[in-house]
Amino acid sequence: MTARVRVRAMMPPGHVRTPAYLRGKAGTVERALGAFGNPEEVAYGGKGGKRDLYRVRFTMAEVWGAGAENPTDTVDAEIFAHWLEPAKD
Amino acid sequence: MPHDHPGHSHQGLSPSGHPYRPDDDHPLTYWQTMEIAIRELLVEKGETTAEEIARQIDAMDARSPANGARVVARAWTDPDYRARLLENANAAAHEIGIDIGPLNLIALENTADVHNVVVCTLCSCYPRDLLGLPPDWYKSRAYRSRVVREPRAVLHELGVDTPADLRLRVHDSTAHLRYVVIPRRPPGTDHLSEDRLAQIVTRDSMIGTGLPRAPE
Repeated sequence: MTARVRVRAMMPPGHVRTPAYLRGKAGTVERALGAFGNPEEVAYGGKGGKRDLYRVRFTMAEVWGAGAENPTDTVDAEIFAHWLEPAKD
Repeated sequence: MPHDHPGHSHQGLSPSGHPYRPDDDHPLTYWQTMEIAIRELLVEKGETTAEEIARQIDAMDARSPANGARVVARAWTDPDYRARLLENANAAAHEIGIDIGPLNLIALENTADVHNVVVCTLCSCYPRDLLGLPPDWYKSRAYRSRVVREPRAVLHELGVDTPADLRLRVHDSTAHLRYVVIPRRPPGTDHLSEDRLAQIVTRDSMIGTGLPRAPE
């Protein structure tokens, strides 16, 4: 997992734990949290194969653009590996 | 249902000025029916008992922010404990006799340069096993949507001012982790015992939306 990552900009239906406001946004991996059952399967009675979970830190400037309240403040969220791709920038 | 007694009515406002809560005279919802069906099946099949369920509800109701306050007070008075708490919050809570069950906990330290605040934008994730049940506003759409968009404005409304040179970190509990904020120890508390310190640690200071009480 590269340190700079981008949240995939997908909008699948289901029990998704990736907030919509972070999709398509790039951030930095703050720490790896270990592997947890995938809620997108567990919520529907599936076994929920373990997926790696990361805490990703985003700047408010990245998330909210020019309208950010204070651009250098941050928001951290837990994002599963299958929702992350290397950030190209 | 509205009815009359001599002297007072249950319509309108109570003697203390609050509206009466209406009786829940409506059919069960789909999920209420589902909960009852699963609970009765589990009891019938001997997987659990009604008493065990009642005990578990009692245990959850008994959890309160006092547990988190003990953790914070210990961290304020013991630098080695503070380091262990930041490294592994589960083990640190267990070390002082607080059982937080299967909760995966991370402690976030407020400093002169950083202020942390916790939210669950997707629902109402909260370290219940450490702090008890969350306040109603924590689950409100207004708090959940605004605190990631304009956290400083929200904190200002809640009485917490954040100078421009203080870095604000919002933590969205989106999946499996739960968070507790270690607030800054207020000045003028050097003489207080660990027990007294725990009493000035408020629930909101451990969410990041408040500060510890000023010592008396």
